[in-house]
This record gives sequence, C-alpha cells and structure tokens, in this order.
Amino acid sequence: MRLTTAGLARNMKGAVVGRITTQDLPFHDRTEHIRFLPEGIEQSSDLSGYRAILSHDDVVTEFPVIERLRESDHFRDGDVIVMEGESGFVRSLYRPYERHHSMFVTERCSSNCLMCSQPPKDHDDVESLTKRNQELIGLMRPAPDYLTITGGEPTLLGDHLFQLIDQLSTALPTTELHVLTNGRTFAWPEYAQRFAAVGHPNICLGVPLYSDCAGDHDHIVQAKGAFDQTVAGLHQAARNGIRVEIRVVLHRLTIPRLAKLAEYIYRNLSFVEHVALMGLEYVGYTPRNIGELWIDPFDYQAELERAVNSLVMRGITVSIYNHQLCVLKPSLWPFAQKSISDWKNLYLPECERCSALAECGGLFKWAVKKHSEHIRAL
Amino acid sequence: MARSFYPAEHYAPEPQQVSLLPFRFARLSGQELLVNEAGEFLFAPEGTTQSLADGVVDVRSELYKDLKAKHIVFDDTSSPLLDVLATKIRTKYDHLSGGTKLHIFVVTLRCEHSCHYCQVSRQTATKGEFDMSEATADRSISLMLDSPSPHVTLELQGGEPLLAFDIIQYIVPRAKEQAQLRGKGLDIVVTTNLACATDEMLTYFRDEGVRVSTSLDGPAFLHNKNRPRPGNDSYERAIDGIERSRAILGFNNVAALMTTTAASLDHVEEIIEEYVRRDFHTIFLRPISPYGFALKTKTKTGYEMERFLEFYKKGLNHILAINRGGYRLTEIYSQILLSKILTPQGTGYVDLQSPAGQAWNVLVYNYNGDVFASDESRMLAEMQDWTFRLGNVHRDNRHSLFTSEAALNMFEVSCNQSLAGCSDCAFQSYCGADPIYHHATQGDMYGHRPTSGFCKRNMEVIKHLFAFINEDDPQTMGIFWAWLTGNPLPVQVAKCD
Repeated sequence: MRLTTAGLARNMKGAVVGRITTQDLPFHDRTEHIRFLPEGIEQSSDLSGYRAILSHDDVVTEFPVIERLRESDHFRDGDVIVMEGESGFVRSLYRPYERHHSMFVTERCSSNCLMCSQPPKDHDDVESLTKRNQELIGLMRPAPDYLTITGGEPTLLGDHLFQLIDQLSTALPTTELHVLTNGRTFAWPEYAQRFAAVGHPNICLGVPLYSDCAGDHDHIVQAKGAFDQTVAGLHQAARNGIRVEIRVVLHRLTIPRLAKLAEYIYRNLSFVEHVALMGLEYVGYTPRNIGELWIDPFDYQAELERAVNSLVMRGITVSIYNHQLCVLKPSLWPFAQKSISDWKNLYLPECERCSALAECGGLFKWAVKKHSEHIRAL
Repeated sequence: MARSFYPAEHYAPEPQQVSLLPFRFARLSGQELLVNEAGEFLFAPEGTTQSLADGVVDVRSELYKDLKAKHIVFDDTSSPLLDVLATKIRTKYDHLSGGTKLHIFVVTLRCEHSCHYCQVSRQTATKGEFDMSEATADRSISLMLDSPSPHVTLELQGGEPLLAFDIIQYIVPRAKEQAQLRGKGLDIVVTTNLACATDEMLTYFRDEGVRVSTSLDGPAFLHNKNRPRPGNDSYERAIDGIERSRAILGFNNVAALMTTTAASLDHVEEIIEEYVRRDFHTIFLRPISPYGFALKTKTKTGYEMERFLEFYKKGLNHILAINRGGYRLTEIYSQILLSKILTPQGTGYVDLQSPAGQAWNVLVYNYNGDVFASDESRMLAEMQDWTFRLGNVHRDNRHSLFTSEAALNMFEVSCNQSLAGCSDCAFQSYCGADPIYHHATQGDMYGHRPTSGFCKRNMEVIKHLFAFINEDDPQTMGIFWAWLTGNPLPVQVAKCD
C-alpha cells in the first residue's frame, strides 16, 4: 500500500496535517478535515472551512491546495495525511484500518547501522516533525491498539520526546507505545529517570542488541562504545521500571553468535519481556553492505532454531519477524509473526499457489530485489 | 553527507589492552572450566587460563569474545560494565536480604517410630516432659516474626508432631494472628510420618492452610526396615496417610522426602519407582546426616560418601529416563545446583549457602525453648554437644541470638570465599560453607576440604552435572530447564518411548 505521493501545491505555506474526507461536510465539521477530490469527481462549489484541498485533477480554488496528484487511489476517508507546501509532497501518517501504526519522529541518529533501513540524515528536523506529530496525535481516531515511535533515534528529540509521550498518555491512554531506540541515551541515569517519570501507563522500549560481544555490536552499529551504552541503558531502564524488548536483525554478522547472544540476554538482561529475531530488510543501507551482510535465511535455520529453543527453555518470550514460512523450519512456525506493515508488505507470484499463504507474513516489498533462494509454494 | 563505514578491525581491541576480572577455573573432561564471580561459566580449551595469565590470548578469536561476554576479561575498547556484573552478583545473593525465612518448631520429641538414623526421638509416652509449652510457643512465634523477612515459613516438627496435636492447635491460630498483626506473610508446614494422622487432624490442616511433608524411604521392605515401629507397618500407614492427605488437603499440598541409609544404597531404582507409583513429581536423593544417633550407629546406617555418590548418579540416570518417557520427576538436589549453575538466580536452600544458611536462613526452636542454628545443631545437642545453641527463647531476643558466642564462632567460618580449599575452587559460587557439618565430622568448624564428605559430595555432584551440560544433549538439557522453569517437559521428550 502506497505511503506517499506528490502534486502541485498552491496557496500553501508550510505543512498541513489533517484528516481526509470525500464528503461534503457541514461547515462546522470541516476544521480538522482535508477535502479530497478523487479522479473524475465534479468539483463541489463550496470548499471553504477545510484545512486544505487535495485533488487528483486540476481544481479552481483560492484555498491551500495540492492538485494534479501523481497517484491518489490509496486515500480513504479517515486517513490522516500531511501536505508539504514547498514540495507538493503528500504523506499518509495514519490509516485507521491498518494493523501497524508508527509515528516517525526524527531522521537523526547516534548510530549508523550497516543494515539501517532508514539511513540517518544529519539535519535538524526535530522542531518541524514534533509539530507535525503533535497535530497527528490530536487526529488519531479511533485510537490504535499499538503505536510504534520510530526514527532515527527518538531520544535525540530531548524534551520533545517527553512532550509527545505525555500528550499520547492524555490523548490516547489505551494505546500501547513501542519506542524503537538504540537505548544508548538511557545509560544516563537521569535520562532513564525522566523517561520513567513521564508515567505513560503502557510503554515498552524496543532496543537492538546484535552480539554478546562489544566489538561485534559496535562494528554492526558503527559506533565505538555503543554496546556498553546500550547494555547500561537497558539496566537503567529496568531499574526505573521501564519495560524493554530486545530486537536482533539476523544477517551474516549476527548469526554466528546468535545462541550465545540468547544466553547473554538471559544472564545479563533477564528482565526483558520479549526478544524479536528479525529478517534483514533489503532497503536503506543494506544494499550498499550486502556483501558483508547477506546470508540466505535458509542457511541459518540451525542457528536460529538453537537460539529460539535456548530462549524458550529459559522462559523468555521470543518472536520471529520478517520471515517466510517456506524458509523457516516447521518447528519455528509457532514463533513467526505477521509483522510487516501493510504498506511495506507483498507476496511473490509463486506465493499465490501456497497453502500457507494466510498464515505467512510475506515479504517486504523491497525484498523483490533480494530474497531467499528457497521461497516456494507449500 | 553520506556517512562512511568502518571495518570490524576498527572496533577490535589490541592485545596489550586486555585485563582480567575475577574468575576461578578447573580442569574438567579434557577442557578448562572457567567460572566468573556471578557463577557464569565457560568451557574452554586446556591452556586458556595460562594464555590469559601470560597475556597472549588472541584478541581476534571467538574464544576471546566468549571470555569477554562471560565477564572474565575486559579491554580498552569497552568498559568492564562492572555495574552489570555487580547486579548479577547481587541477584545471586538476593535471598540474603530480609533475614531468616524458615523457622522450625520442635513441638515434641516423642515419636512412636524408632528409626535407626533418627537423632532426636524419644519413646516415652509421658506427655509434657518432651513437649513444647504454651509459653515457649508464644515466645518462639514472637521471635520468628522478629525476623526482618516479610514472609516466613513455620515448620512444625518433632519427634512426631501429631503426638502433640494440642500444641499444634495452640500454635497455628496464634502464629497466623500475630503474623497478620505484623503484616507478614506466613506459610505453615507440618513434617509428619502420618502414622497417627486422623481425618480430623487432616481436615484441621486443610481448614488452616497447613501443608503436609512426610517421609517415604522407598518400597515397603525398605521403608519398614529403615523406619521400625510397633506392628512394622510404617509403610502401610504412610501410604494410607498420603492418600488421605491428598484427598483432604489437595494433591499439591502433600510432599514426601526420603533418607538414604546403607540399606537403601542398592535400591535406588526401586525407591524412584516407588515415588512414581505414588504419583510424586519430586524426589530428593539426599545422604543421611552424619549427626546424632546416625553417627553413633554408623555400622547400621552409615556408609562412605563414595557409595552415596554411586547411588545418586545411578538414580539421576534413572530419573532422566523417566522424564524422557514423559513423566515429570524432578530430583531436588540436582535442581538446586542446576539453578545455581544455569540461572541468574540464587536459591534459598540452607545447606548450600555462603554465608552459610544456618541461622541466616533457618532457626530451630526446640521443645524446651533452646534456639539452634539448624536442625542438625539440635541433633548434636541431643548428643550433649551444645556448640550451636544460640540461646533460649525465654532469655534471648533476635539480637542476642545473632551476637551470641555460638553464632559469632560459626559466622567466622561461614563464607567459603575465605576458606582454604574453597577460596580458589572453581565451584565456589555453586557451593556453600557448612561449619556444623565439619564440626560434627571433623571436630573443627573450619573444616579440612581434602577429607571433607561435604566437599567430596558437592564436587562430585557438580562435576557430574557439568558433564551433562558439556555434553549438551538437547533432551537432557530440555528436562533440566523444565525442572528449573516449571515449563512442560520438551514435547519431543514426551512423545518418545
């Protein structure tokens, strides 16, 4: 499912966040809405009172508008979008009907992982993205069950992150938050204390740990001292009652010590509530480093099974993300989750003949370019 | 503004940067076993310790990564994460916080059994002479609740405590009332041979939430041989008592313990089968205590530690086979040691602690008000050896008990970290100190490790368990972990056989 499109912006300054409607709403209901005119629809005479106008075709109006959209058939009533006045860029921020929801808070990062799917950019987007996200939270209805806060490295927002979480705890108190962070900032006891003090009722950190050995982890995240900070950060989080899960991306550099990492987690981080073992995404930095990273998932099943069994025996909850059932050993199927966001998800032509299709998480759409050699219909 | 990537070497240490953290080691089955301060271990090739001492370990090797991940070495590329190591050690000692948890009340010395290995029982029928008085019970309850522990266990013992059922009925409601007043959790257990247990008594225990712990030494021929009583029907009465207890109190509120006598040594499989036949899911293969009458009558019941170890190893193999067949049966001593070896947690098991568990983890209130550091201590006292009598409930408070000459003498030698033969032992963090055992067997609380039965037993059992761990058979390890976590036995295990 498409996430972004673009058109020609007119009468606009800055960005507009709003909820899409194709209906001719009563005037007093229009303030939160962006009026969307799909392809071939007669222009309504009265377009006043909306936050902005979005149109597939040309439209005659003096209100803020993006028109002549490249694509527009992915919009549905109720979607929350942001329209960029400078570029004519339109990005979907929240689609209530999807299973996974995320809030992107910054492109900046303190690490530079070899397989980053969202390579960091060193420009200051904190203020603008925070403003956008504050508006987004106000429009997130119905409240999602889960919301992932992601970046970049969210803790680089400083106080803005606390403000967002505080706003979420008031506006969407029933929504469980997952903050995807490298955990390094939590090594400062004061930071972990302040984070805990925000007092969100249902929040969990998702923290990547790639090896039981500092040098290997630091190499993978391309930051000296990162392992120490992450492990110390996880301890500080736990000490302050903040829940944590560990996320491990599986590739040629993490597979050899995976079972040892499982043991390390059990002995050193026994408080973690969940370990997620995730397939490599062929996007972002990964294509550049693919020679160093690639191992066919079919070829690491023994190591994966060993690590999963080790965690399960020790009573730690474990999940496998981003893997196709035809590549996984059947003994691992119970741990496989359909974890890929709808807009990133696809299946290959041979998948259509597969009897396990309904249970399978499928592939990332960018996996078309690089995936296991062993994908086949079951 | 594309960022650049650096190769693995950029993040690896230089050889001269390696520093050691505290660890101990032993040679074991052609390898070296290295154990860090928190009990984490690593099997490494022979010569590893030497290469660490010489500073020639290859920092680019997988072995080096293992050593670093196990908190045995650190280097300049990363901090030693001492905070994390400290947390792990603190977790291992967590059971020390809070103070004494187990409180044994000897409500009477009277017993209708005359077991050869029993240290304390009296055959007298005279009521009163060897029963706990109400005044002693009141003081004992008060001292028990003076323990800083937020949750205590009261164990009603004897003799045969059911012969003094009236004093039990006096103690139970008062202990509960006092515990509630002081906001403390309280579990109550009665240790009984069940021979005289009436349905009325069992109903009382059910209503008061008292659990039952009994003795089952094996099949009839063995149990009755070990545990003589008039009529020679100890076994029949125990089985009948177990069944009635389960029916009245609920299946999970009845446990059984066995004692290994010389007569038991050739029958470990029959003993285990008896536990399975009676639908027990735990068994404790424990050696006879070298105390009291057991020491005096060594010809009848005693044996060399080697023979017990054979018994234990053969028994553990049989127990593993039973688990492979899908029947869950946990061997308690192995479970305790495996927990110390494989998990981040410590255990509260009194006999394997450093500082020694006596007094810190258990106190015994004798029928006459004498307070002892352990059950074994009062058994020695029955043989006129009062070395470990900390005081008396009518004269002492918690402070004076714990600062008594008897207590301080014992505490002096209660940390295996500072005992010769233990301080550099690879198994130190899994083992404990037992001043009372060494006093009883060697006449010296400090103890002499090369001739110590305690040392021999634990060294052998720990090595035996490490042999399984090193072998790493998925079925065996699956069973061990099921014992540790309470999770179901591994599925493939249940299917087999």
